[in-house]
Amino acid sequence: MKYTFAALAACAVLATPALAQDLPQPVKARQGQFNILALNLGILGGMARGTVEYDADAAQAAADSLVAVTMVDQRAMWPEGTDMESIDGTRALPAAFENVEDVVAKWEALGEAAVAMQAAVGDGQQAIGQNMGAIAGACKDCHDDYRASE
Amino acid sequence: MRRLLTLLIPVAIVAIGIGLWLTAPSRVDAARFDGLTGAADRGEAVFTAAGCASCHHAPDAEGEAKLVLAGGQPFPSDFGTFYAPNISSHPEAGIGDWDLEDLANAVTRGVSPESQHYYPAFPYGAYAKITDQDLADLWAYMQTLPADATPSRAHDVGFPFNIRRSLGGWKLLFFSDDYVIEDIPAELERGRYLVEALAHCAECHTPRNALGGLDTARWMGGAPNPSGRGTIPPLTPDELTWSAADIAYYLETGFTPDFDAVGGHMAEVVENFAALTKEDRDAVAAYVKALPPLSE
Repeated sequence: MKYTFAALAACAVLATPALAQDLPQPVKARQGQFNILALNLGILGGMARGTVEYDADAAQAAADSLVAVTMVDQRAMWPEGTDMESIDGTRALPAAFENVEDVVAKWEALGEAAVAMQAAVGDGQQAIGQNMGAIAGACKDCHDDYRASE
Repeated sequence: MRRLLTLLIPVAIVAIGIGLWLTAPSRVDAARFDGLTGAADRGEAVFTAAGCASCHHAPDAEGEAKLVLAGGQPFPSDFGTFYAPNISSHPEAGIGDWDLEDLANAVTRGVSPESQHYYPAFPYGAYAKITDQDLADLWAYMQTLPADATPSRAHDVGFPFNIRRSLGGWKLLFFSDDYVIEDIPAELERGRYLVEALAHCAECHTPRNALGGLDTARWMGGAPNPSGRGTIPPLTPDELTWSAADIAYYLETGFTPDFDAVGGHMAEVVENFAALTKEDRDAVAAYVKALPPLSE
């Protein structure tokens, strides 16, 4: 029992550097917002693909959440020294930090696509599918330039 | 001693002669294309599937500007940095003065109109399997794209890789116009053509040996990113557990099954696949699901 505890404690200590809580707060914040986006896109995407039954209320709530997240101002989330060359645990390329204005512009483009989704989801499954492309395009536009492959 | 030399010299000359003969650029038989007429509208789909613009557009081009094939994007590798050349329709800076035979030699043999070898950063090992009709259509389409006068940038490749003739030896070892996955049911043939030929997926998703040849025994087994940062994921079914529908949806939208979104150079690949038909995306997914697992 004692050994198990000691081993667990050692594991916890060794594992700590890899855990997210050690990332700088702006990195945790930006990764958190991307996770909320992914979670809600999953709800909408499932309905668009037909793997989840269309539910107008759930779709609206997911689209509203997308819009809410995209309203979060980005300027505090991309401080110098938080790119993948500087720290572990992020795939943000240094280019993002040299072009923060462009990152913000691309985020705003995502916001516009989210607003279009918000207005359309009530019209049914097909309307979700028609608006997924624009959101995916906005994600790609930014990842193409500013996020490294795994 | 003298007798030995008189014996060795002809042997050396013959050896050099055989070496030069073996490494000489081989050209396509132009008669292959007699009677073929290219159609630009069909060629656009070939161009998109082959991802020509993804490497040959200018480094910061967006949207429609990606069809200006001015070149200039850097491709770092263990052998140096390659710069995609200008392949726009400009007669001097690009390939505007080529004909279909020149394109076929370049794309399917890796040989320039001046009979020089191209570096295999240009995926002619995959393109070698392109059909003659697709080549004719591709050429018809490429001639409709805009001209750009930006000169091609010289590759930054050190000795001995800067000796182009040595690429003849590389081709002897690693160039083949055979498919890697043979004996495939007819319904997987379109997917195989897209994956192994046009979309040249293996160029990144299959590991390479010390000389830069694809390790076909570990076909689509994932590889280090040639940029030196990160890895490119494996596609074999023991590693990639997505369903065929997941793969097709990813190629259409760029969303993974847990709705992370595509990044890096793969974002350009998804952009291309999104512009192809659902049938083609489904064909790719079916081929990927049929890949032999790595452990075999």
